[in-house]
Amino acid sequence: MNRPGFWLWAASLAVYAFLYVPLAVVVLFSFNDSVLNAQWVGFTTHWYAKLLHDEEMLRAAANSVLIALLSSVISTILGAMAGLAMHRYRFRWLPLLVLTPVAMPEILLGVSLLLFFRQVLDLTLGFMSILVAHITFSIGFVAVIVRARLAGMDESIFEAARDLGATPWATFHRITLPLILPALVAGFLMSFTLSIDDFVITFFVAGVGVTTLPLQIYSMIKVAVTPEVNAVSTLLMALTLTLIFLASRFAPDVLKAKA
Amino acid sequence: MALLEIRNITRRFAGFEAVKDVTLSIAAGEFFTLLGPSGCGKTTILRMIAGFDAPDEGDILLDGQSLAGVPPEKRPLHTVFQSYALFPHMTVAGNVAFPLEMANRSRDEIRRRVAETLALVHLTDKAAQFPHELSGGQKQRVALARGLVNKPRLLLLDEPLGALDAKLRVEMQVELIALQREVGITFVFVTHSQQEALALSHRIGVMREGRIEQCDEPDKLYTLPANRFVADFVGRINLMDVEVAASSKVLLKLKAAGLGEIAATDLRPIAVGERGAFALRPELIRVFGHRESADLKNRFEGRVKELLYLGDVTLYKVELQNGFIVEALMPNAASGRAKFHEVGDPVAVCWRQDAGVYLRN
Repeated sequence: MNRPGFWLWAASLAVYAFLYVPLAVVVLFSFNDSVLNAQWVGFTTHWYAKLLHDEEMLRAAANSVLIALLSSVISTILGAMAGLAMHRYRFRWLPLLVLTPVAMPEILLGVSLLLFFRQVLDLTLGFMSILVAHITFSIGFVAVIVRARLAGMDESIFEAARDLGATPWATFHRITLPLILPALVAGFLMSFTLSIDDFVITFFVAGVGVTTLPLQIYSMIKVAVTPEVNAVSTLLMALTLTLIFLASRFAPDVLKAKA
Repeated sequence: MALLEIRNITRRFAGFEAVKDVTLSIAAGEFFTLLGPSGCGKTTILRMIAGFDAPDEGDILLDGQSLAGVPPEKRPLHTVFQSYALFPHMTVAGNVAFPLEMANRSRDEIRRRVAETLALVHLTDKAAQFPHELSGGQKQRVALARGLVNKPRLLLLDEPLGALDAKLRVEMQVELIALQREVGITFVFVTHSQQEALALSHRIGVMREGRIEQCDEPDKLYTLPANRFVADFVGRINLMDVEVAASSKVLLKLKAAGLGEIAATDLRPIAVGERGAFALRPELIRVFGHRESADLKNRFEGRVKELLYLGDVTLYKVELQNGFIVEALMPNAASGRAKFHEVGDPVAVCWRQDAGVYLRN
């Protein structure tokens, strides 16, 4: 029997504390009945109520959710196609093309997208540019998840379907689609999370008219970290955690795929 | 008319020919087997019949119609895959119903045919289970049921028993023969197991390096192999290099280096001086004590080098005077005696004149 010793436990505990205590502090102070994040005064849900009446905040939240929904639907479809293609055709450069945006530093992606939208397309920055940018960085994640799912499957079942009388389309919707469905759900949730959280790339391509939740939070903390910021951060955190949890339920390999 | 005709098909893959100018004709109701070592091209032929691959040259005809350009789903034949290829997200009944659904059968018909076919393979009680809940033999039977349910003109089987353990294999062989007889569907079976091929088939095509070496009924293949490869691949055999010493109408005298003359029979006209091989099955050889006389045409002295006691039979390896080692299989039938000879015993190996076959090089 090899049990982890005391120091191993202590070290792990320290690491997890380092990761999660700051988050816990944010959550805690979002319920603090004081405008200052200095000391605990008393419990209140006042900041959450205030959020509901902050029109700017609500507009930013609505933008975020809409962009997240649209971008994750579109990138799930495109990413699934990319994943299927990577699995079926063994072109060596295909995975590289699809996965590069995943590995690219966000700031680089942000700058290049900005240049592309402004200089090449001459697009007015706003809703569309954010949407396209989010789709760009989400496709790779979905593709990886779908490919991981396909890699674990017996190839001959797709041939068997054709052999038993299914057209390529029938094979797709009766066999392939049901089998990759968990990966699609996981990919969708993953894209949604990435989109709703994204700050760096959105910051570059948002322009002046449209704001998302992370941008809104950023503009608020330029003044001060108010309890209201804590409240909205807590909500965002809760949403993200829920989605990640759901995604990992649908495809256990999803958390590994992100690395 | 033949049900399936394969005419001069050739298939090349990057740099080598997997199938070379193969011609075959398979009759309706036949159980035909392609037998050969792995990489001989037998699975490639099966894939071309199924439509997953296409020949570079030649043509495949079903009922006289060319299959060229016909996609797999339009061919009236089904395949049983080595890995079974069951759909993991469907129940046993769902798997079996799939080809019927693809053929747009009515619901009533689907329900009836699925029930019938599951009964045929003794899986009625497993209808609602998923493939991962089944044993290997059960999965195998689901795959068979799925292949048979829509009554294809032809069923292709790609090493379907390969993944089963030895005992189950034999059981499934027996079931497969019975099933084929019952449904009357033509089977094209691919295997590397000569025992399986001999046990199951009406006719066997033995393949090597993309070519059909011999195509015959199992007993003919076993007793009259066409060449060294077939002789050696199908069953155990002794192969001796010989030269033709004399040839009359039926009688053949063969000279083996350092041994003397072997008497054999052959109906073909064969030139004296021709070189070839003499092929002799171990079970057709008798091993006697060297002083015992035998009323057999061929008699050569030697010494028991090794023996393998197998219970019902004993395999003797006898070294002849020229150093050639003959394998002989003797039944252990005598009461009170386990075996007849021991290692080191001087013995005589004998066989009838018509026991062996002369193979031309």
